[in-house]
Order: sequence, then C-alpha cells, then structure tokens
Amino acid sequence: MRLHVDHRTDYVFSEPQRRLVQLLRVTPVNFAAQHVIDWHIDVDCDARLRNHRDGFGNHVTMLYIDGPISNVALRVSGEVLTDDRSGMIEDASERLPAQAFLRSTGLSKADDAIRTFAKEIAKAKTDPLEQMHLLMARLLERIQFEPTLDAVERDAATAFEASQGVCQDHAHIFCAAARAMGIPARYVSGHLFRRDGAEQQEASHAWAEACLPSIGWVGFDPANGISPDDAYVRVAIGLDYRDAAPVAGRRVGGGEESLAVDVRVTQAQSQSQN
Amino acid sequence: MANRYFDEIWGNSRGRKPRPGFESIARWIRETPRRELRRRQDSAETAFRQLGITFNVYGDEDEAERIIPFDIIPRVFTADEWSKLSDGLEQRVTALNMFLEDVYGDRKILNDGIVPADLILCNPGFTPLVNGHRPPHGIYAHICGIDMVRTGPDEFLVLEDNARTPSGVSYMLENREAMLRLCPELFETFEVEPVDGYPDALGEMMQAVAPEGASGDPCCVLLTPGHFNSAFYEHSFLADNIGIELVEAADLVVDDDIVWMRTIEGRKRVDVIYRRIDDDFLDPLVFRPDSMLGVPGLMAAYFAGNVTLINAPGGGIADDKAIYSYMPEIVKYYSGQDAKLPNVETWRCREADALKYTLDNLAELVVKKVDGSGGYGMLVGPTSTTEEIEEFRAALKANPDGYIAQPTLALSTVPTLTEKGIKGRHVDFRPFCLSDGKGVTTIPGGLTRVALREGSLVVNSSQGGGTKDSLVLRPESEQPEAKD
Repeated sequence: MRLHVDHRTDYVFSEPQRRLVQLLRVTPVNFAAQHVIDWHIDVDCDARLRNHRDGFGNHVTMLYIDGPISNVALRVSGEVLTDDRSGMIEDASERLPAQAFLRSTGLSKADDAIRTFAKEIAKAKTDPLEQMHLLMARLLERIQFEPTLDAVERDAATAFEASQGVCQDHAHIFCAAARAMGIPARYVSGHLFRRDGAEQQEASHAWAEACLPSIGWVGFDPANGISPDDAYVRVAIGLDYRDAAPVAGRRVGGGEESLAVDVRVTQAQSQSQN
Repeated sequence: MANRYFDEIWGNSRGRKPRPGFESIARWIRETPRRELRRRQDSAETAFRQLGITFNVYGDEDEAERIIPFDIIPRVFTADEWSKLSDGLEQRVTALNMFLEDVYGDRKILNDGIVPADLILCNPGFTPLVNGHRPPHGIYAHICGIDMVRTGPDEFLVLEDNARTPSGVSYMLENREAMLRLCPELFETFEVEPVDGYPDALGEMMQAVAPEGASGDPCCVLLTPGHFNSAFYEHSFLADNIGIELVEAADLVVDDDIVWMRTIEGRKRVDVIYRRIDDDFLDPLVFRPDSMLGVPGLMAAYFAGNVTLINAPGGGIADDKAIYSYMPEIVKYYSGQDAKLPNVETWRCREADALKYTLDNLAELVVKKVDGSGGYGMLVGPTSTTEEIEEFRAALKANPDGYIAQPTLALSTVPTLTEKGIKGRHVDFRPFCLSDGKGVTTIPGGLTRVALREGSLVVNSSQGGGTKDSLVLRPESEQPEAKD
C-alpha cells in the first residue's frame, strides 16, 4: 500500500515562551516491509532542526525554537510504501543484539500478576511463536481498550490490574510478559491506516515486537489482535514508551500548555483523487 | 587477633620492629607526643569544618552535615611499592576504557565469549541509547577511582572500579595541605611526591579530550547538581583549582546541538563538561523526564560530537560488581597480559554453585549488591548479628542475580590515633587515574580511608570511616637509615 501520513501537533501557550527544545522520533526508517518515499517536518515559525540516530537506530530530530512564542504548529507528513510481510521485520539495520531487549524498565516491568499470566501462556503452548500469538489474543480479550484514558505514563502492572488502557499499555504489558517468558520484546511507535475508514486519529499508534528463534523480530499489535501488515507505518523502537515516544520536550517560560494532536493516515491514491 | 593482619608500618612484628624503609616514620610515630598529635588532628578538623568539607549521610535525613574524621598519622608507600601499583593501575584503566568502547561498539569481547552477553546486555548499567556512539578520543572513563585493599607486603588487590563519577579527590588534596601545615617535619625527613599537581593535570586532560572541532582553547566547565549535593564542596574546590567555571543546569542551554553557557558577557560555547551528575539526571529528554538537574538536549549535543562529557554516559556498566569479577579476563583480553593487580576472589550469586556456597557460608563472607556503592546494601558476615544474616539471606534468595560474595579480607592496618592511644586500624585506598586518550596518569597519592572503629572492616564515610594522607616517597628517600 502507498500510505500518506499527516501528523499535526498544535501547541498553544497561555504565556509566551522564551525557548522550546523538542526531541522528535517521527521519521520512519526503511526495512523490507516499508520504504519511505518522501518525508517532511515543517514548523510554522523560525526553528532549527538537527538530525541524528540514537543507539536503537531510531531517526531523531532535535527542534530548537527561540521565543517569544505563544503557539507552534508542527506538521510531519510523508508517504510510505508498505508491504504485508505478516509482521516480520526483515532487512532492518539492527543495532543491538536481541538479548538487550530482555531487560525490563520502569514502565515495562512484570509484577507477580503479569508473571503468573505469562506462566499460564507458557504452559498452554510450547512453540514461542504460538506463545506470542496467544499472549496477543489474551491481552486483546483481557485489556479493554479505553481511549478516554489519559495518555499519562502508566506502568504495565498498573494497566494490567486495571484491565484497561490504550495501545501503549497493551504494548507495555506485552513486553513485560514476553520478557518474563525469556523472549526479547520491544516497544514500537508508529501509525496505523484504519481500514474501517476512520481517517482521523488523536494519537499515534503503539505495538510490540518479539524476537523468536529462527524467525527473528515479529510484530504483534495486542490492541488490535493482529500482526502488523501493510496498514502499519513503523517509526521508532525502544525498551518502552520513553525510548520510542514521538515527542519529548522542554519549554522555558511559565503558564500552561495546551496540545492538540491530529493524525491522518490515508491511502495515497485515494487522497490524490480528492 | 592483632597479628592476623599485616600492618603497613610494623609488618607482622606487632609494633616491635618497623618494616625496612619505614624506620623514620616509625620513629616519628613513636617520638611525637600523643598530646601534640591530638592537638594537630583537632586543628586539622577545625579547618575542614570551616572550609565546609562536609557530607550528608544518606538515609539519615535529620543528621546535620558531618565532616569526615581525619587521622593525623599518614599512610606511606615506598617508591618501589608505588611504581608497581601505578603500573597495574595503568594496565587496568586502559583495559577498562577499551572494554567500554568495545561494549558500545563491535562487542568483540561478547562475540568471543569472554564475558557472558546477557550479563552486559541485560545489565541496568548498560545504556542502549549510547550504543554505537564513540565518544571523542574513544575515552569513556576519563577519571577512574580504583578502590584497592592490601593484605600483605606485596598483596595489593582491586576491590572495586569506579568509572562513573568517583569522588574524594578533594580529601587527597586537603589532607595533604593540612599535613604540610601541621607536620612540616615529616616533609623535611622524607622526599614526598607532591599531589597538588592534580587540578592542573585534570585541566590538561579536559583540554586534551575536547571534541576535534573545538577551538585551540576549549571551554571547559564543571557541572554540579548544586549546593545541596553532599559532594558540593569538592565540585567548587575542583572548579576553583582547575580555573574553570562551576555551573548548574540552569547556566547551560543547548541550541542547534551546541552547548552554550550563559555569562554576563553573553553566551559562550562549551566544549568539555566535567559533570558530577549521574547519567539518569543528565538530560530529561532521554533519561529521567522528572530530572531538574539536567540540561534538555545535552545528549543530542553529545551525539553530534559537539561536546565531551567527563565521564562519558554509559560507563557505569564497568562499576557493576558482577562484571568486576571478569576483570582479570577483561584485562588479559585487551592487554594480552595477565592482570598486574589481582581481583578479590568473587562468587557470582547468579551462578547456582556460587549461590549455594554463599548461602552456606554467609557468616564468613562479605556480600554486596552488584550495583551498590557507599557501603550500602552490604553484609559483612563476621561482624553481623544472626538476624542481620537471616534478613540478608532472604534478600539474596529473592534476587540472586543482584549479589556477589567475597571472602572477608584481612585488610592491612595503619597506626591510627584513637581514644586508647595509637592502634592499628584497617584501611583501603582509592588512587585517581586520568585518561586523555594518549595515556594514563595516576597522581602519586590518593584517598586512604580508615575504619575508625576497632576491628571494623567497613571504611566508608557513611559507615563511620575516616581519612588519612597517603604519602608516596620519592626513590631518593628510600635509603635505609641507621637503626635507632
């Protein structure tokens, strides 16, 4: 599929800000199932952009804006050619051995409840691939998708106990449980083209990947119960949300910040017909 | 009990006959009136209190800031002892830096199976973020504090490597200054290697490791968490003596991947930062988001090669005590030679046999957390109560990967002024090694910590330890003197 992504973030500040520094992980990287045709980051004011790759291989853009500034519109847009490879991550430049993704972090740590949950899955299936599919299915069933929840940083154990969450909670629990079973797992942030026609989304998407013997890294989207196909645009990876979050920023200046995010993922073809 | 331990002045003679080369210092100890020693020691402590060389004991919030007790009787190394020690340190510190560069680079040592890959890759001290980024000049641990102990005339052992932000160097310098003022006769009797060159050596090292694109006169600063930090005195002392700015996070700003310092004349580009802030707090955009001590964007400037961070982020992996246990293999792997400074025998509780041995012998062993420091979270079996041992047994069983065990060492003693007169007290030693990419410089001296409580083997200041000056004699003052 040829997917068009249009990811807009509007910041409005109640008082003018003196400075803004943002770290953006918003640019996808090529691998077998995904080829970036065209990609832009646009800011509606005088800004300096600098790019680097982090230790995970993520494409990172630093954004520096001088004040006084009371609102900023950030637009990330581009086109990606995607291919359905049943969630398999091939020809990606892996910068870290899979074992590095066995370790837990504050947000993706398994508690006793998650460990017990993981043990039941390990008992039910012996093949690691089947275990991961079962894990995904059980999470879909058990963790109710609750889009009204704040996107605050919630750890895996809290979300698991509450039995509800957003996609990032599903991804954290998936990572925690897979690692508890001895399978390397990582957090992925990206975008999803909704086949049901819902073009507009209020956030980017998140899912997980697990590294399986003799297969390698495979994606699992426990919020939707499927492995990523050609409707997915994979942007950044990490041990948890913090490593892969689209934006981390700091501003200098008082007052409140209000934020509006608008993500539209469309088929490039259909858009050109509009 | 007294003769079980090697005394650095008296050897095993129980105070009857000094070791060869130590006759003069023995005479000084014997002939200087106790009252006079006491007076000088009090005077030194008063000066330290006035200077504000204090520390906070963690976990003891109500306690006012204390000074670390100072002992007036110095520890002495002969030129020959020092030369062996500094050779060994150079070898170890060089290997440590090569190890860190490898672990975040090609990972040859893991591929060759010298160190288990999971021990590194799953270690909380391993920082995936800096993976693949080579710091300027390839140096991670520019400043190393290697903790050593001694158990006999030629038995120097490494107890811990400190590749993050080793503290204590201000004591080395202040203790010497106090000794020069209060015991000038010692420095007339002996030719002692000076330690006051340390700030200059540190300043030169900082200049030498500036990024390649930096100007001929790189701008270096010392970044402190602020005056409430227990080591603030050392931060301001070092910045003053090197002649560089002491800054807090609010004084620095990152723009366009370049670090700038705010000054009254406008902003100035910064090339090298000696940061006394832990990795976790360095940059809220990539590490702890709640950090108020760090500089947003600092890591981006680092990745862009526009700033040198001393020590480099990620180096904490070398401080892990389970990885420490592989140091003899690590040194051999990178230097091609056997380690000149041996390790203390270490049981890795992550291994089933070692765990069993440790659990069976808890009362005789010292057990430490792999990521602990400052004497916290450790068990000294022989001096612990049954309850303490049982409490520790439970913690160890719950998380064996988190611990290592070592034999209780017969740490050497040095004569120390106590309430009951001059008695041997156990000591350790932390020398400071500087790496600038061309070589390793170890300042001839260091921090000798002394366990002031009788029989105690824990020298940490937070656990009631004190300090002593450490004199390294010059070769020419080695001539044995006429017996008295």
